[in-house]
Amino acid sequence: MTYRVIGIVAFLILAPFLGGLLSGIDRKISARMQGRIGPSIFQPFYDVQKLLSKQFIVVNYAQIFLVVSFLATIIVTGMMFFGGSDILLCFFLLSTGATFLIFAACITNSPYSNIGASRELFQMLCYEPAVLLACIGFYLATGSFNVSDIIQADLPAIIKTPGFFVAFVFILTIKLRKSPFDLSASHHPHQELVKGITTDMGARTLALYEIAEWYEHVFLMGFVGLFFIWKNPWSYLLAVVAVLATYFLEILIDNTSARVKWHTMFKLAWGVTILVAGVNLIILMVMA
Amino acid sequence: MGNVKRSPWLLHYDGSSCNGCDIEVLACLTPVYDAERFGIINTGDPMQADIFLITGGINKSNQEVVRQLYEQMPRPKVVVAVGVCACTGGVFKECYNIIGGADTTIPVDIYVPGCAARPQAIIDGIVKAIDLWQEKANNPEYVHAMYESHEEKEEKEEKEGNK
Repeated sequence: MTYRVIGIVAFLILAPFLGGLLSGIDRKISARMQGRIGPSIFQPFYDVQKLLSKQFIVVNYAQIFLVVSFLATIIVTGMMFFGGSDILLCFFLLSTGATFLIFAACITNSPYSNIGASRELFQMLCYEPAVLLACIGFYLATGSFNVSDIIQADLPAIIKTPGFFVAFVFILTIKLRKSPFDLSASHHPHQELVKGITTDMGARTLALYEIAEWYEHVFLMGFVGLFFIWKNPWSYLLAVVAVLATYFLEILIDNTSARVKWHTMFKLAWGVTILVAGVNLIILMVMA
Repeated sequence: MGNVKRSPWLLHYDGSSCNGCDIEVLACLTPVYDAERFGIINTGDPMQADIFLITGGINKSNQEVVRQLYEQMPRPKVVVAVGVCACTGGVFKECYNIIGGADTTIPVDIYVPGCAARPQAIIDGIVKAIDLWQEKANNPEYVHAMYESHEEKEEKEEKEGNK
């Protein structure tokens, strides 16, 4: 019980700092990969501080409610996960949060924002199967959906679920809005979509969105780490190394690939999910 | 209002420029000059931008666009006119469709001359703009005011009074 409370409180307080740092390190490494010096690793914090001090402008007041709901759902998702609750429920809640974000982009009149929202819906269609299969993989490997039981298992889940892990890391590129699949909210250098779903957010609303993204990234990285944790306390160290390696891989993919069309994203995401995670699922079912 | 200097986000708009200045603006973001190390992002979104970088003169078609972009930006905001065309109209000044420099439509704070303006000059102009921006940010009355200017405030109050 105490561990659960510590997990929840630690997530609530530390996740924004970790998420912001991850994003800052991301920008620094990306800049170095492009032969630039790059901004400070604390740049995301400076950005949010600046955004919060700007004049308050809003296109539609309902947008604030929806973005705050997005932030709140993501925080609750992460709190449930780090509190040792059901992973399936966590991901259902995360999808609810994503729906709030889509609504926030839909209710404005900007065509960029609307295109971003419809693409975001499509991205959800692409990544949800792999996410659900990853949860099922945990169940088949450890016999439980609860984080608190999974971390007490005799063996790390990755031994029985490498296929699910590969599929999850693949769709993580979509979730983290990284380059080949950053269809809904394009990075700043590509501007055909301006900023996609965040186009019509005023500076202060965007700050809330950024903070929600930090929480979400920490939650997703926690899920990656869960694959490597078993009852050995040293496995937490292994999980941290695995998370950092995965994040570096995502940055590498981001900087070495151009954006694809949604057809390609759909075929690749579902192809990898069905092939890799599906085969792993069949093997686990046959063995059981 | 705190220190905002470390994260200036630019909105770059090409008026009726010959594209010379625009290429120099993009050159500022390349590895040679790397303006991003100061936290500068070339965003395309006026609602999230701080510094409005305008190149080329104002013509009759884009005047409304420029005005709208300026009005959509949340305060504190700074306008930088890059290149001689944005400053005065330049070689296009006498053309039938050109109204003049950017200051014919919106209040310009910093002028960066040159044809085309060199990246060094643009970065120098942006650094000046950042100082001015911080100065404006230190004035909460300006940042959170409901109206753009004193005249506009009086005008709106008059309209509301008539209702």
